[in-house]
This record gives sequence, C-alpha cells and structure tokens, in this order.
Amino acid sequence: MKSVLPIVSVIAALAVVPLFIQSNVTLNFLVVTLLIALAGQGWNILGGYGGQYSFGHAAFFGTGAYVTAILQMRYGVNAWIGFAVGIAAGAAVGAIIGGLTFRSGLRGSYFALVTLAFAEVLRIVASVAPITGAGVGTLIKLDLRAQALQFQSRAAFYWLILALVALSLLIAWLLERSRFGAWLIAVRENEDAAMALGVDATMVKLGAMVLSAAITAAAGCFYAQYFLFIDAGIAYGTWISIEALLTPIIGGVGTVFGPLLGALVVKSLSEGAKLVAGDAPGLDLVVYGIVLVLVIWFAPRGLIGTVADVRKWLLRRSSRSVREAGHG
Amino acid sequence: MAEPLLVVDRVSQRFGGLLAVDAASLSAPAGRITALIGPNGAGKTTLFAIISGFLKPSAGSIRYNGEEITGEPPHRLARRGIARTFQIVQPFAGLSVLENILVGAHLRHRARTAALAAAEQVGREVGLGDMLGRSADTLTVAGRKRLELARALATDPKLLLLDEVLAGLNPSEIRDFVPVIRGLCARGITILMIEHVMQAVMSLSEHVFVLAEGRIIAEGSPAMVVADAAVVEAYLGHGAAAKLGASHGL
Amino acid sequence: MSVLSPAILIPAILNGLLTGAVYALVALGLTLIYGVLHIINFAHGALLSVALFAAFFAYQALGLDPYLAIILLAPGFFALGYGLQRFVIGPASHGDDRNMLLITLAIAIILENALLYAFRADTRTIDVPYAFETIDFGFTFLAVPRVIGFGAVFIVALLLWLIMGWTDIGKAIRAVAKEKLGAELVGIDVAHVYAVTFGLGTACVAIAACLLIPTYYLNPHVGNAFVLIAFTIVVLGGMGSVPGALVGGLVIGVIESLSGLILGESLGQIGIFLIFIAVLLVRPSGLFGARA
Repeated sequence: MKSVLPIVSVIAALAVVPLFIQSNVTLNFLVVTLLIALAGQGWNILGGYGGQYSFGHAAFFGTGAYVTAILQMRYGVNAWIGFAVGIAAGAAVGAIIGGLTFRSGLRGSYFALVTLAFAEVLRIVASVAPITGAGVGTLIKLDLRAQALQFQSRAAFYWLILALVALSLLIAWLLERSRFGAWLIAVRENEDAAMALGVDATMVKLGAMVLSAAITAAAGCFYAQYFLFIDAGIAYGTWISIEALLTPIIGGVGTVFGPLLGALVVKSLSEGAKLVAGDAPGLDLVVYGIVLVLVIWFAPRGLIGTVADVRKWLLRRSSRSVREAGHG
Repeated sequence: MAEPLLVVDRVSQRFGGLLAVDAASLSAPAGRITALIGPNGAGKTTLFAIISGFLKPSAGSIRYNGEEITGEPPHRLARRGIARTFQIVQPFAGLSVLENILVGAHLRHRARTAALAAAEQVGREVGLGDMLGRSADTLTVAGRKRLELARALATDPKLLLLDEVLAGLNPSEIRDFVPVIRGLCARGITILMIEHVMQAVMSLSEHVFVLAEGRIIAEGSPAMVVADAAVVEAYLGHGAAAKLGASHGL
Repeated sequence: MSVLSPAILIPAILNGLLTGAVYALVALGLTLIYGVLHIINFAHGALLSVALFAAFFAYQALGLDPYLAIILLAPGFFALGYGLQRFVIGPASHGDDRNMLLITLAIAIILENALLYAFRADTRTIDVPYAFETIDFGFTFLAVPRVIGFGAVFIVALLLWLIMGWTDIGKAIRAVAKEKLGAELVGIDVAHVYAVTFGLGTACVAIAACLLIPTYYLNPHVGNAFVLIAFTIVVLGGMGSVPGALVGGLVIGVIESLSGLILGESLGQIGIFLIFIAVLLVRPSGLFGARA
C-alpha cells in the first residue's frame, strides 16, 4: 500500500457509522468485531509479517485485561493509566516469552507449542490466584464517567476501539515501509538467508513479539473496560488465541487490512450460525474451525492475498496476450 | 606483506564421530580471487558455513582484517563486511526482485528510499535491471543466481564468499557470469569461491586451495594445482595420477 | 502421618506408574505421528475426547464393556485417523508445515466444540461393576482397571514394535520416517504411509480411551488435559522415540502423582507445564530424541 489514504478512508467511513446506526445490538456487534480485529492485528505482526505462528496470544490479551482490572479495583489506579500499564504489562510478557523461546532457537511447531503452554500456565495461575478473584473472576465496578474509561453511550466505546484499530493499522502500514519490517519479512521468508544479509533474526523476532503482544494486550484492556467482567477462562482462554489467529489468516496474513476484514467475516459467520442453529456453546468455534480448514485449503493467503494473486494472474495473462498480439 | 584479509587457521569441525573438516588452513588475500575446490563431500560447504558464522568450529581460528571472528554469528559478520551466497539458492520467494535486494541494502541504509536506490543500482549491475518488479519465484535458475549475488552485494561487502555460484548454469550463462565476478574483484571486493566449474576456476582465480576428506591437500596457482598428483588422485581415485602420468609420458 | 511416609509414598508412586502407562499410550500415538510426518498433531487431544465419548456410548447404548469396545473402536479410529490425514490434512496443507499446524489445530477446534455443542460440558462417567475392585499386592491395594490398563499398554507397545519391525507397512513407515525422498523414489506411497501412521496414532488414542473410561470421567475438554501431558512426555522422551514415550510416560505419571500429593491438584498441573516449557527451552531433543 503506497499511501496512507486507504487507511484514512476506511477509518473515516467507519467513524461516521454511529451517526446513522443507533441500534445497540448492531453497535455491540461492531465493537466486538473491532476488538477482535485489534487482537488479530497484534497476532498479524508476529505471525503474518514475521511468520512465527503463536497459538497462545491469550497470554497477552489476558495480561492486559487482568492488569488493568486489578489496578483499578485493588489499587484505585485511574482507568486510563491502568490501560496504559496493561499494555506495558502485555508487552513485558511478550518480551519474556519471546526472550526465552527465540534465544533457544525454537521455531515452527515447537514455538506454537510453547506459546500454547505459556498461555495455559497463565490461565491456571489466574484461576487459582487470590489476586484475580480465582474462580469467581474479577468485576470492574460500574462507573460511567470518562475518567473511569467507561461511557454511557455505546458509540463512545465504538470510537475508542476504532481509534485503537486505526492506530494498529497505521503501525502495520509503517512496519511495511520500515527497515524493521523488511527485516521481519525476510526472517519470515528465509531466516538463514536473512541472517547472511546482516539481519539479527533473534532480535527482530523479539521486537515483533513485543509489538504484537502490546497490541493484543490493548484489546484485552479494552475488553475489561467494555464488559466489566473477566475470569481466567475469558482472559486467558483458548477462544481468544484462536480468534486472534483466525482473523488475519482469513482476511490475509501479512496485510494491513487482513485482520479487520477477517474479523468482519468471523463475527458475521458467528452471528449467522447463531441465527440458524441457536446459541449453544461451541457452535461458533466449530464454524471457525471449518472456515479455517477451508481457507487454508483453498485460499491460504486469505481474502486479500487471494484477491492480490488473482489480480497478478490476470495482469500476467493480459500482458502475455498483448505480447502475443504484437507478435502476430 | 600484510596479513591476508581472511585467514583460516587449522579449523576443524567434528559432528559426533565424524571429522568433517580436519585442521584446514587457507587464506584469501585482499582484492584477489581465491578458489576452494575438491571432490564432492570434501567438506567445502561445511568450511564455508564455519567461515560465514553458521557453524562454530570444534577447533581452530578465523581472522578477518586482523581480528578474531571465530564463532561470531552470521549477521555480525555481514556487518563487518563478509557476505555469502548459498549453494542452493534461497530467494525470498514472496517478494519482488527489488524487494529481495532491498533487504541486503538495508544493512547499510536505514531509510527506505536510500536503500531502494542502492538496491536498484546493484540490481542493474548484475544484469537484473529489467526484472526488478518481478516476483523472485518467477526467475530462471540463472536469474536466481544473479539475485543471490545481488543481495549479497547490496550489503557492500569487502569479502564475498561464493558457494558454487555457477552450478546449474549452462555454458553460455557461465560465460555471461564470469565477467560479472571479475568485475567485482576489479572493484576491490575480495572473493573466496567454492567452484566445480573448472574453466571458471582456471580463468578467474589466482590462488587455489584443494580440500579432500576435510583436509587441505594442495594449494597454489590453478595450473600447478591441476597437475598435482595428490589432487588428481583425490578426484579420480587411487592410482589415477600414475596412469595419467604414464599415458602422458610425464 | 507425614506425607512422605512409605505407606503413602509407595501407593502414590505405583498409582503414578499406572496412570503414567496410559499417558504413555497417548504419547506413543503422538510421537509416532511426529516421528514419521514431522508434525505436531494438535488434534490428538480432541481425538481422545471423541474416543472417550465413543467408548461411553458404546457402553450406554450397546452395553459394550470398554475392554471389548477396543475391538470395535481401535479399527474404527484407525480408519478415522487414516481418512483425516489422507483426505483432509494432507491435501489441505499443500505440504507446508505452518499450514499443517493450522489444519490440525482447526480439526481440534471442530471436534472439541462439536462435542461441546452436542453433549454440553457436563461431566459423565460410566459404572462398570469392576470399577472399584482392587487387587491386594500385599503392601498396597491397586485398582483392577488400572492394573489392566498398565498391562494393556505394554501389549500395545509390543504389537507396535512387531508391526514396525516385521511387516511390510512397518518397514515402509520406518523408511519414510528416515528418508522421505528416498522412500518416494523407491516407489513407496508416502501419502498412504502418512495416513497409516496417523491412523495408528489415532488407534492408540482410542485404546487409551477404552482403558481410561472405567475409572475416569469425560467431558469435551478432558482430551486437552491429557494431550498437554502427552506433549510434555513426547518432548521429554524425545520426539519420535517410542522408548522415550514409554519411559517418559511413566516418569511423568509418577511426577504428577507426587506433586499432586505435595502441592495439590491444580498446582500439580502447572508443574507439568513448567517441566514442559523448561525441557523445550533447554533440551528440545529430549532424553532419547534425535533432532529437534
């Protein structure tokens, strides 16, 4: 993407939506979609651009959520500061996990396994530790003031999450045009070749992990403020690890808009499934699983990637026929 | 005379019970082309992997520009000015030719515009000027070899390690490539090349080292080395030198 | 009575061994699949859950004793595993390792949540008459089903060893595990071998389910708990190593039993994970393993 215009246009278009749509149900749907898009963009930085597939991004989401909730409820910290600290805490967890795993040289399936294990450890700890309220979970007290990062109107939450998503899109766009981004993509394509060209693969992956963790942690912090209740299964559950990876893969790994598009698809599918088959637990994840298989099978580069491939193929065909016509 | 740019001093590499490289010593003087030849399985690529930082040797030392670099990782060596190409070409398949070279250029240029300009220039130098926008995986073998070279060149190296860069090319492609390599040397880049294509070794290199079964068994000018009995035996087998000598009346 | 007195320790260790044997069987399937296909089968746990439900319904609906159900379920799950690899995982992943990871993860998601959707999260058990019978070993009593389970695991391990060593397909599997390209070049149908291996691994899981169900409970998530333990065993014992899976299983079973004794249930679980992470970071090739 050459210019920042597409991002600006998309965000502008999305920003005016609450002026036309007042339905709380729809706004809620959009807020959750944007929330998942944010978490997914975090995964996209490490997995899409960096090629390191984490199966445990819940570790960062949950940390963001718990840190911001605990700081407010147990230590009376201001919600906005709590939000920022939550992001920093998520980034720190990313640094720790990344530091341990990348220095050991873990790649591929082993990396996925370790991230899964870390997320599970955090989930178990959170389910028994007193500070998180253990099995009962943590409630954030209802306090509908802007200072407490809670809003009377859903539209205000919508604009907040939209702003965060806009920021994440910008970060991805900047990444694509930066030296760090070029190095990260090179590591994804071929780590050894990248190293031979002077890329410190370990540090690059670590940097991507920290950035990725921070973005997903921000989604977790927002979740806590919006829903006002979290427990170990919500904060560190596999559901968010799955949705965080699903949205970029469906929308297009390693693209700026992939996670946003993917989130729209995923959430729409989920709503559609509920309409058809009722609200029993497990159904939306079954749908997600099936969609994941179908996407990997038939469109492994996701929606955006496949569209780009088709365009390239069409371009090649038309240039070939022009050349043939010229020689005819 | 000053110490050569690269000095490999009695380097050994052991993999479990296998001694892949046995106290091998070689040197590459600055601004010259040095070749490393030897029969298949001699350990040449292992030695390259050691020199380029992908393997830590079990024994021995490597000096570059007078400094110890033994065991330093590849990315640090690249920053020092040591670049390598891979025997099995490894382009960044999803990226365009220019984007591939860009990765190398970024080592010396932080800003994207400067790096792109440098990458484009290197691309033209190796003859890929028309193909910069194409996806790397659409290149022919010869194109990929040029890309491999371009990427390494973009890091602005002082020492270039070429690992069988001519392998897989047909004779006319080889004829086109040889002047490119000679041109690099003319620019002051020191080259150490592993090569099987003898015509290239003879015409390009000034000094040749022969590695067989992990050991350096001969070194000297190309003409000397090719006539060396031990070298002939290493390639053609036991007794071959005598037979050849007999039939040539040497 | 101190927790460390022999009267408590010895039964804990012995029970750990018995549990560990079943863990080992689950791990055996996983390590077999890794050793040949070189992928970590993320669907392993969900397949265990499905097998547990199958054994459950075999008992409830057909009155089939779990040990007899093995005769039905082992071949059935072999076929399921074969079909999954041959017709879904293989084609869908286009040979890319990262995609294979995702596909097996997707299958895990589908299976586990389909169970959740169909049967809710309620925990169920079956009531076999011998569930609580014990055998008196003199110094301690051990539950009959668990002793049977221990023996059965070694029979299965022996069978697998015989298959690998003495049958044509076993030799083909070993060939593909060692050198896939070479095996292809001599005419071995690699896709078929992969599928057979996956089938064998899934059959192991089915047998483990039948051995577990007399004394264990089931719900859609149980498989995951087991499989994370199985991952730890496989990593500890060495990916692709059969003896490693067996020894590792017994070791982990004992560790779990002892740490559960000393630290309590949920923290015992964390102990396993931490061992898992530690092994991956420090010595990914495990105790017996080849390359990581």
